[in-house]
Amino acid sequence: MTQPAGSQATPRPERTDRQHVLRIAVIWVVLSVVGMVLVYFVWGPHMPPGKDSDQARVQQDGNRILGTIAVPVFVFVWVYLGYVLTNWRVKSSTPVDEVGDGPPLKGHRGFQAVWLGVTTVTVLALFVFGTVDLAHNDGAGTGSGQVPIFTPTGYNTDATKSKLLVVQVIGQQWRWTFRYPQYGGLETAQMVIPAGQEVQYSVTSLDVIHSFWAVNLGVKADANPGVNNVAFATASKIGSVNIRCDELCGLWHGAMVTTGSVVSPADFKTWVTNAQATYQQLIPFLPPYADIYLPQSDGGYYDPGQDPLPSGPPPGPASPSVIP
Amino acid sequence: MTRPMRATAVGVVFAVFVAGVTMLFLYFLNYPPTVAAAATTGSSGQEDIHLQAVPALGTGPHPTYVSYLADINGKWVHTTMFELKANTLVHFTIDQYDTGSTLRNSFMDQVQGTVDGTEVLNGGSPVRIINDNTDNGIGHTFSIPTLGISVPMPGIPSAETNVCSVAPCDSSFAHNTIQFTIKTPAAGLYPWQCFVPCGLGWPYGNGGGMSTLGYMGGFLKVVA
Repeated sequence: MTQPAGSQATPRPERTDRQHVLRIAVIWVVLSVVGMVLVYFVWGPHMPPGKDSDQARVQQDGNRILGTIAVPVFVFVWVYLGYVLTNWRVKSSTPVDEVGDGPPLKGHRGFQAVWLGVTTVTVLALFVFGTVDLAHNDGAGTGSGQVPIFTPTGYNTDATKSKLLVVQVIGQQWRWTFRYPQYGGLETAQMVIPAGQEVQYSVTSLDVIHSFWAVNLGVKADANPGVNNVAFATASKIGSVNIRCDELCGLWHGAMVTTGSVVSPADFKTWVTNAQATYQQLIPFLPPYADIYLPQSDGGYYDPGQDPLPSGPPPGPASPSVIP
Repeated sequence: MTRPMRATAVGVVFAVFVAGVTMLFLYFLNYPPTVAAAATTGSSGQEDIHLQAVPALGTGPHPTYVSYLADINGKWVHTTMFELKANTLVHFTIDQYDTGSTLRNSFMDQVQGTVDGTEVLNGGSPVRIINDNTDNGIGHTFSIPTLGISVPMPGIPSAETNVCSVAPCDSSFAHNTIQFTIKTPAAGLYPWQCFVPCGLGWPYGNGGGMSTLGYMGGFLKVVA
């Protein structure tokens, strides 16, 4: 509608602070609710690391919850920024000499108390949530050091006596190999594990720091030389395992990838039998299974868990040196 | 100084800087020379490639580094880029001139990923395992982890006096000749490396030529 000639437009009344706060709060709440629903129900089921192991599922649930909690914070920052830019910016028609600082900020005990209270409760709640998750899921797939706090039933610090399937993950520049102490110290280039059975990953390195990351199993444990870093996980789905190094470890770090397999228990037994046949001649040449393998001063030879190393000939058959 | 002179001076300095950065970039792109040693078709129809592993390159910015060289039309060239045809049998012949040591992981004692799981050592019978803990140890390995291929190559005796010191090495020097055949995968770029801790003078042999592209590591460039 056009303004009648000669009349003046009625100026819109300035909003009070309370009205501004209310408008920001409404926008924030509406967008937050929408965002939280989208993050939890739409994005959440596709968040990493997936559901290929019990521990991966727990991690995905954690990511969903953390992501959902983060939405209001994220939305508030952007809503407030957008509101400030659209409502309180200096109009282009404002004379330059009238542009000045805004009103000074003053303390507000109520606001500060709410702020501190909400953030403290949030952080403490997340702390409890995370700890419970770790405790109820045997460390939730994380490398828990040489003496893990949260361990499953059947765990034994002596890998050969453990009732879990122990897979020793050995990192070296630049590949992974895998030992199975309960199967005669078998060492293979491929990691194969049975579905539905909890596996103890004992992760170590022969040289520099690597990080064993079985991506879709949600297993991640640093591989440090001289350290046995233990993690637990139960694969729940037959398929492949994407394994990579997650610690920058030198020239071929980017190529330190391999593919493992999760198979049925029956197929796992078959695989072990075949692998033992393949590496039958090699096994006597490997050092006895140990939690760690230390370098010898002559440069390169690794002997299990003995420091200082014994003198004399190294282990393994003295002859023949070449096996046909 | 007048304004045009200042502008000219700034321009010249900037141009020199850009030229320097560009030259440095090109240098790193091209060193070591990435000559692709292409396999040649042998009499039996399979591809052949001939390499040598030397104890010291003797030239260039790292003359003390261990290295591989490739035979290109009868001439030894310092390169670790090898071009092979996809899905083809490729026969490798590697002359290994270095002394040996134990492996970091004796798992690599076993020949892995070759056509029949063996290598031929000095023209003898095919062998599956070289014990790194006896005799002369392992000089180097030729390994392509992403393809599950690893071939251990014994070292020459440590007491050997007829040792090649500067590459390329003539066959009159003490060496072992290792032969094996692999089936190349689909086209792609596959990194290869040595798994012997052969970086002399570095902590536990983990540095130097062992971890420098163009010496004990390179790429198989598999083309369709």
